[in-house]
Amino acid sequence: MGLKSFCLKKSLWVFHLAGASCNNCDIEILDILTPRYDAERFGIQLVGSPRHADVILVSGSINQRDKPRVLEVYEQAAKPVFVVAFGACGCTGGIFAEGNTFAGPLDKIIPVDAYIPGCPPKPEAMLSGITKLIQKI
Amino acid sequence: MAETLFYFFIYPGLLFAGVVGGLLAWFDRKITAQVQFRKGPPLLQPFYDFLKLLLVKETILPAKGAKLTFLIAPVLGLFGATISATFILLPLFGIDIGFEGDVIVIFYLLTIPSLTYIIGALASANPLAAVGASREIKLIISYELTFLLLFAAIILKADMSLKISEIIQIQQAGAPFIGSISGILLLIVGVFCAQAKLGMVPFDIAEAETELAEGSFIEYSGTIYAIVKFTKYIMLFILPALLVGFLMSGFHLEGIGILWAILKILAVVLLFSLIRNTNPRLKIKQAMRFFLIGMNALVIIAIVLIYLGL
Repeated sequence: MGLKSFCLKKSLWVFHLAGASCNNCDIEILDILTPRYDAERFGIQLVGSPRHADVILVSGSINQRDKPRVLEVYEQAAKPVFVVAFGACGCTGGIFAEGNTFAGPLDKIIPVDAYIPGCPPKPEAMLSGITKLIQKI
Repeated sequence: MAETLFYFFIYPGLLFAGVVGGLLAWFDRKITAQVQFRKGPPLLQPFYDFLKLLLVKETILPAKGAKLTFLIAPVLGLFGATISATFILLPLFGIDIGFEGDVIVIFYLLTIPSLTYIIGALASANPLAAVGASREIKLIISYELTFLLLFAAIILKADMSLKISEIIQIQQAGAPFIGSISGILLLIVGVFCAQAKLGMVPFDIAEAETELAEGSFIEYSGTIYAIVKFTKYIMLFILPALLVGFLMSGFHLEGIGILWAILKILAVVLLFSLIRNTNPRLKIKQAMRFFLIGMNALVIIAIVLIYLGL
């Protein structure tokens, strides 16, 4: 394990990208920053700009209008960047998968490194997803 | 020559100030976490962040911006911070290298990082960065006069001596300036000015995370953002050090004195963290009114008190 990957593992900065989300996942994401779960002890921070991001967290189903935006954010982010699909809609499209505006699940648009299923996922599931992502790096 | 370079680059300049500043950045984040009943990040977290940005991440240049200016601005900011760190810390650690910058030079050098943030933000051709830069300019206009008056009050209190080493000697021979009413007023003003210089929460107007998405620094990534971070670590160390030198009789680096020196710096940073965690962000209008009316009035009262010998 080199110094580079060690530092990357220790400080993952997350950029949150909400697709056509019902906002439940977006609210649940804030849970792991609360005192009980406290993701900052692993060095995880929410950042406001994709330029600073190491992880792009995508929640909600991706429809025709979101698709170019997701691609834009992915291209503008400084590499190496990891993508996490969040919630049932982010992973597969959920109940919107049959809809006529649906633009395909996230992993058909950009490469996805980890999936966190659930509607919405529990904070424990999020921590387990983060652990899997860190093991993968 | 080699000795001078050692002073500037290793101790107490670039490297030492950066490392101590990184530890203070951890202290600030840990206090923030404790205030919110969280556990907080590990001790070396600021260095993980710095090394990740420096070694791992890609640096992206804005397509439509002025690329060279965008790249050079943070490096100049780091130079400014390093030189002011050297000139502030040399007298504090009692090292004499012939030329000591007097406090007027230090005042100008401390402005350089903020100015380069503005230049870099405007060179990035990002509208949010431009808003951030314009707010930073307004913030500088509001706090610089107060900061200059603070320097004037300190000079007056130290019998018109312009050197930090003499200011410290006067305090160590007599009583520290903070032991008087005017000294307490000056500490209040100094803490708020340093807060504005560091861009901490009541005055983080220029990099407002929630609405401007880091404002001035939105386009920076990778190595060049690591340099910005390092500049911020250095500033987080030297501004408390300057306040300690001005008001709390500096450092006395012998035996138990080392512990006192560390405690003084930590106390000032603790004050910064507590203010930052208990206050919401001000609007730029409120910040200008706060400095131009409130803080200036406090400094002028302090100057009058110094004339009266209090």
